[in-house]
Amino acid sequence: MIRGRAWVLGDNISTDHIISGKYKYSKMGRLEDMVQYVFADVIPGFYEKVRPGDVIVAGRGFGYGSSREHAARLLKLVGIGAVIAKSFHRIFYRNAINSGLPVIIANEIPRVTEEGDIIEVYLEEGLVINKTKNVAEHVSPIPEPLLSILKSGGLIEYIKKFGRLPW
Amino acid sequence: MGLTLTEKILNSKLGRVPAPGEHVVVRVDYVYMHDGTFPLALRVLREAGMESRVDASRLVLFIDHAAPAPSVAAALVHQEMRKFARTHGVRLFDVGTGISHQVMVEEGYAKPGRLIIGADSHTVTLGAMAVFATGVGSTDAAIAAATGKMWLRVPEQVRVRLHGGLPQGIMGKDVALALIGDIGSDGAIYKALEFQGDINALSIDARLTISNMSVEAGAKAGLFPVDEATAIKASKLFGRSYAVLEPDRDAEYSDEIELEMNRLEPMVAAPPSVDNTKAVTEVEGVEVDQIFIGSCTNGRFEDFAEAAKILKGRRVREGVRCIAIPASRRVFRALMETGILDVFVSAGCSVTYGTCGPCLGAHFGLLGEGEVAVSTTNRNFVGRMGHASSKVYLASPLTAAASAVEGRITDPRKYM
Repeated sequence: MIRGRAWVLGDNISTDHIISGKYKYSKMGRLEDMVQYVFADVIPGFYEKVRPGDVIVAGRGFGYGSSREHAARLLKLVGIGAVIAKSFHRIFYRNAINSGLPVIIANEIPRVTEEGDIIEVYLEEGLVINKTKNVAEHVSPIPEPLLSILKSGGLIEYIKKFGRLPW
Repeated sequence: MGLTLTEKILNSKLGRVPAPGEHVVVRVDYVYMHDGTFPLALRVLREAGMESRVDASRLVLFIDHAAPAPSVAAALVHQEMRKFARTHGVRLFDVGTGISHQVMVEEGYAKPGRLIIGADSHTVTLGAMAVFATGVGSTDAAIAAATGKMWLRVPEQVRVRLHGGLPQGIMGKDVALALIGDIGSDGAIYKALEFQGDINALSIDARLTISNMSVEAGAKAGLFPVDEATAIKASKLFGRSYAVLEPDRDAEYSDEIELEMNRLEPMVAAPPSVDNTKAVTEVEGVEVDQIFIGSCTNGRFEDFAEAAKILKGRRVREGVRCIAIPASRRVFRALMETGILDVFVSAGCSVTYGTCGPCLGAHFGLLGEGEVAVSTTNRNFVGRMGHASSKVYLASPLTAAASAVEGRITDPRKYM
């Protein structure tokens, strides 16, 4: 189970919002050095305020933009437990699964959730609960091979553990 | 029942036609990465213990995002790429060759019917040559480089019917912006767009622009058929042979979108999102600080040739910077040979080549506080090209050139 406070964001949150090219390219390969720039241009002080297990609740088209996997990996690295959105752009979705960051498509939870609400995510059961608002939503379960990657903590961890790809 | 382009290509890779929504594992013909996505891919290969398994015949590398190196950090990445390419015998296109998507077409990798993935979202550009091409992240690219395979969710296929010819002053970019404005930046998520109808009104360069921007509507791929005329044109343009690949007449699509090209006006995408599209006439007069003509979207020969029609004999407005970057050395040379490059230099543009830099705020032309740019690139997110308070309007090379001359957003038809 994943449990944390909600960071509420709108539609079309892009990979540039998550980690802007101008910060990424100043650090090039060094993922760990980019952590302080996550959401730098859109949520002042995010890096200091985020706590492990916190959940992002967003609208449509989350992860719009670049193929930069850094976006998914950095969210995981700062401690985000899951991203819940009405829809995801496909490269971000792939990158999140490969990075071991749970991504959940939901409709009701993004509609009712306010900043700071407590959210619980039950991945295998396909259930998301907003404890503060007392709203539960059943969501489509993540396909099995993808869930097995998530449960391992990402694709590299999966390969290390099983010595092969899950498909 | 006939097959769509997507179905024809997937059928040739799988030996059967998969249904939309199905998860399949496919062999890829090529996988490519660049200096922005390679470092993480290399880390994945090493951590997964797969570096020695890299298949050099399928992998192509490009140094195009921060090239030439604007920082020591970038130089170190480039150094590592060259070493990796040497060690594994992988083809590397070094500083100055050009932007990956353009070079993949020029070098003949993007042949109709192939399945190609790239660790760059604009890999969809290759769809203009009837390639099923899609962008992935570093991990997917790394695993594909080592195993030759990737998983994919088979997309629903949508027919985009284009009608009529292009009015004067309208380019492929305006078609792309109008489409994205219509369906929204998430209007085609997980889907493959197949462009049909009066596509003969569109040059190959225009088609590459439209396929390039299909990802801005969320599409997994944006494909044009290659008919005989296109195959001949492409062969002449790139000096390589191109085959014919068209969907069957009775192919079935999950949805259809209609777009009347003959009724289009010059378009812009106003900040801060690509689907915030407007007619240029709605924002005319907005003062600009910088113009950028280039990128994987609009850095092709036709783009500069069209912009030059306006810039010829004129100068970029004082106090305004105009950066012009052809997408490849091949384009640069063609512009040199035809005298078009001279038009840009004489107009006062800063001309260089071989980088994505300004588009993503990596280098060559970042924007200061509150500055406004008109750019022929594909994204205008908050802070994309520099300071968080800067603003980017996306437009065609014609609109960009007219705006450069006037120092404010200008309808290019005024000059035609």
